[in-house]
Amino acid sequence: MASIADEPGKASAARERYWGSAANQRNIRRRHWADRRLQLYGIAAIGIAIVLLGVLVVSLVATGHTAFVQTEIRFEVTVAESDIDVADPFKGNYRKVVRDGFARLVDRELSRPEEKALFEMLSAGAQYILRDHVVDDPDLIGRTFEVALPLADPMDQFHKGEIPRDIPQEQRRVSDLQIQFYDQFLAEGRIAAPFNWGLFFNADSRFPELAGLAGALVGSFYALLICFLISFPVGIAAAIYLEEFAPKNRWSDLIEININNLAAVPSVVFGLLGLAVFIQFFGLPRSAPLVGGMVLSLMTLPTIIIATRAALKAVPPSIRQAALGIGASKHQVVMHHVLPLAMPGILTGTIIGLAQALGETAPLLLIGMNAFITSVPGGITEAATALPTQIFIWADSPERGFVARTSAAILVLIGFLVLMNAIAVFLRQRFERRW
Amino acid sequence: MFGTVLLAIAALSLIGFWMARSRMRVGALAAGRTAAGVAALHSLPAYHGAYVALWTGLPSAFLVLFWLFLQGSVIDSLLLASLPEAFLTDKSDAERSLVLSEIKSVADGLLFGTPAPEIVEAAERYNTWRSLASWAMFAVGAAMALGGLALASRRLSPEFRARLRVERILSGLMIGCSVLAIVTTAGIVLSLLFEAAQFFDKVPASEFFFGLNWEPQIAIRADQVAGQGAFGAVPVFTGTILVAAIAMLVATPIGIFAAIYLAEYCPSRLRAVIKPMLEILAGIPTVVYGFFAVLTVAPALRQFGGWVGVDVAPNSALAAGAVMGIMIIPFISSLSDDALAAVPRALRDGSYGLGATKGETITKVLLPAALPGIVGGVLLAVSRAIGETMIVVMAAGLIAKLTANPLDSVTTVTVQIVTLLIGDTEFDNPKTLAAFALGLVLFVSTLLINIVALRIVRKYREKYD
Repeated sequence: MASIADEPGKASAARERYWGSAANQRNIRRRHWADRRLQLYGIAAIGIAIVLLGVLVVSLVATGHTAFVQTEIRFEVTVAESDIDVADPFKGNYRKVVRDGFARLVDRELSRPEEKALFEMLSAGAQYILRDHVVDDPDLIGRTFEVALPLADPMDQFHKGEIPRDIPQEQRRVSDLQIQFYDQFLAEGRIAAPFNWGLFFNADSRFPELAGLAGALVGSFYALLICFLISFPVGIAAAIYLEEFAPKNRWSDLIEININNLAAVPSVVFGLLGLAVFIQFFGLPRSAPLVGGMVLSLMTLPTIIIATRAALKAVPPSIRQAALGIGASKHQVVMHHVLPLAMPGILTGTIIGLAQALGETAPLLLIGMNAFITSVPGGITEAATALPTQIFIWADSPERGFVARTSAAILVLIGFLVLMNAIAVFLRQRFERRW
Repeated sequence: MFGTVLLAIAALSLIGFWMARSRMRVGALAAGRTAAGVAALHSLPAYHGAYVALWTGLPSAFLVLFWLFLQGSVIDSLLLASLPEAFLTDKSDAERSLVLSEIKSVADGLLFGTPAPEIVEAAERYNTWRSLASWAMFAVGAAMALGGLALASRRLSPEFRARLRVERILSGLMIGCSVLAIVTTAGIVLSLLFEAAQFFDKVPASEFFFGLNWEPQIAIRADQVAGQGAFGAVPVFTGTILVAAIAMLVATPIGIFAAIYLAEYCPSRLRAVIKPMLEILAGIPTVVYGFFAVLTVAPALRQFGGWVGVDVAPNSALAAGAVMGIMIIPFISSLSDDALAAVPRALRDGSYGLGATKGETITKVLLPAALPGIVGGVLLAVSRAIGETMIVVMAAGLIAKLTANPLDSVTTVTVQIVTLLIGDTEFDNPKTLAAFALGLVLFVSTLLINIVALRIVRKYREKYD
């Protein structure tokens, strides 16, 4: 190109020739192709990300949807007074009651192994369900009535088509004999798969067909309640101080740097803090939603403080000046005018912070909220699990039925997260003012 | 009991508020017409009420909280002291705490076998002391509240500057709340340092930082079968770096190209759809990613490996790292997006004016100008990857192996922290303390990366604003 610029006349002529030349056309095509290529890379990158998101959602729904129904079988049981103590229906040989009733479904004499195979079709927890029935309604004693009891996990999986029929018997957990029984019961219309309310109202259990999320939901609720009660007032107070009152000096800088750093500390470190300080030093109970909520509140605090400061900053100075102008004190300006105007933004930030806390797992594992607990916690100091730690426990369980339960629990967790974020978005769109 | 005490204190505060406010109102009425009477007060009646309520509620609530924190450990030490001398000789701290928990379960009416008579006696003492302590807490809390109420009400007068006092108390509370951030950081640093120092008393620091053998599963109780124990953390560190590197290899190109497309090429309507979808990836809890890795990604990789003829471990670093990469994509893309958007318009226009295509403008002008911001974002993502816990706990291995093979199974710092602390923990055992030493390393390294990243980002911003 240097030679082109030597003389003005010659240069323009050369340029003309160059623009039209095949070499230049090639060059332009190459440059446009490079531009197109960059664009394609971008589309590919976004495509990969969205496809991965899709695969994640599809694989969870595909494995999880079966856990929302539970296979049950209806048959008649006779609760004889010889088996059950009328005065104390809690004690009694319910195992025998259930088995007698179930065995009557097959109208032939069974050998011992056949009997065993038959009884293994029924959930091991069936007798306790019947017991709770009878305890609730003692009039049932001495009567024959129909009950619907859950089938054991392998039969449940079989009914849902997760275990194929046409593979050799040794390779599946359902024997040919059990399939024969199953076909008979199905033909008699005894087997049905209604909506699995137990998933929401049962506590955890060793048997997948009985395990539910009630304990985890209540535990998560308590932990989030504690987290909210601590982090919401403290976060707002800290943000108001830093945004409206703090003098610009070393101290306030130090606090700001601290808050920003806390937001980036790995969550597992907060678990270590909770274990060493709350449990080891202060002697608070292990596995309790109280400690879980306290740890989560420390993690949520930076989110709430940062969101609150942004909301306070968005209130225009004219409002403050007007209030100051008619004689309000600085506190009155903030409490009567700035804070109410900033509230929608603060609430949005708080809900988003709580949604993050709801999905947080690692710190809860360290303070022991992954215990195996078969009852719903009655208070904030009782041992409990939380939704994400329950997912972790089930994901670790070897039984096939827990795979579906885990995916279902994840779908429930994501459902709550979507709900909370939807509320946050609604609040933002409905109430946030733009000046 | 605790709830009752707090309710009682809240009720007393409310009563104090109503009393003080109505007293000042009545006083104002007595002084003449209402408006003039109120004008004669220094502060509005509600501020007098708030003043009394704060003095009634705050000191007593703090006292009760303080009491609650101390009650457990005080009763524990009293219980131990009350046991016969002979019962506790030659018992370690761990056995003493076992005795304590036995006393407590007996006191709650849970009997396992037949407890020793000393224990039954101690359980009775425990129950008496416990009810005594909670009644004492109630009495002291209520007395403190009443005292605050009485003292504060005595100060009320038309000239009393109640508003200033109330505002000063509120300012103090707000300062206290903002100092909590510093207290938390200090708590993290001190607890990690304290436990890590105990660890380095038992295991030399040189072994921890340079040893090549990591077998921390040693016995916590005498009757457990376990290994000898080795605390050389180098394979744990290399495993962490390997998994994080895989994650960054997945996330960086996807994140940056996605950001380029979103910032420069994408029509704004499409952008409004795609951006929230990418942000969903950041909002999914990590335990979900962990399960996804175990359920879908790891088996798929294994199958692919078998197809190609390579042996892939069931919990390969590749599966954990790749899934972690998916999680990190939105961090990198949104931070790079911000960095690209922050490049001044003039640079862009200048490049177009010289005849550059869009692609040339991006690669030759925008990216170099935005590079510090992008690097800062990538560094923040690295610290995120190192500190990420659940994905690796579920998808990576437990055994520390010194390898750079992504198809092999490795373990990470966070996995070791979690596995060391799940189950039995004993704060005088190197196994438990090792988790805190690892936690200290994790905290310091992520903090350093974050500081460097923020420095880079800030320095770059100053150049253009």
